[in-house]
Amino acid sequence: MTDLIIAILSTVGVIAILIAAIGILRMPDFYLRLSVTVKAATLGSGLLLFSLAIFFPQVSVTTKAAAIGFFLLLTAPVAAHMIGRTAYLIGTTLWKGTIRDDLKGMYDKESHRLSSSNKDVQAKQAAAGEGPDQAG
Amino acid sequence: MSLSLYIDYVILPILAISLLLVFIRLFKGPTIVDRVIALDLLITIGVSIIAAYSISTQQSTFMDVAMILALIAFLSTIAFSFYLEKKDQDD
Repeated sequence: MTDLIIAILSTVGVIAILIAAIGILRMPDFYLRLSVTVKAATLGSGLLLFSLAIFFPQVSVTTKAAAIGFFLLLTAPVAAHMIGRTAYLIGTTLWKGTIRDDLKGMYDKESHRLSSSNKDVQAKQAAAGEGPDQAG
Repeated sequence: MSLSLYIDYVILPILAISLLLVFIRLFKGPTIVDRVIALDLLITIGVSIIAAYSISTQQSTFMDVAMILALIAFLSTIAFSFYLEKKDQDD
């Protein structure tokens, strides 16, 4: 019974990892590759580590597997966010079929800081604020 | 069909094929960030391979290596993104 559960869990996990590997090879764009890879690979590794935790009866091994799974689950989104932000800042090109880019013009080129509102809107507001002052 | 045989003949070969596919992206990768995420994925698949191998051989010694690998994957990705951004800012 336990063997069957382990076989099913590891099969699902390995299929998720295979999908991640195919995705990183076939996707047209860095950002699409990132979005495919991180989620599927974390799911696959987590399922394989879970089957490992079921397989061994010792508490020490189960704890270790749980710790690795927790660490992967905690760090994978952070690392993906960091590398995605860096890729956008260093100007990695988007796929030509991309419909909209919400971050366009939102980053300050010098300080790499994300502003809460669009630069054009800010410029318009500044112009509108200055207009009455000059008139008065 | 025992569990050990199933893992040896089904799970581990599929993981090896995934490693190969990721390696193709690692060599092809048009930009450096593609290579960074390919490396990250390679290490994550390495952790999975260690898990499958531990079930197959019924030895839990390799788990420590998996823990260190997970740590290194995170640190390398963070370091790469940090220094790539710094390099771009300096130019």
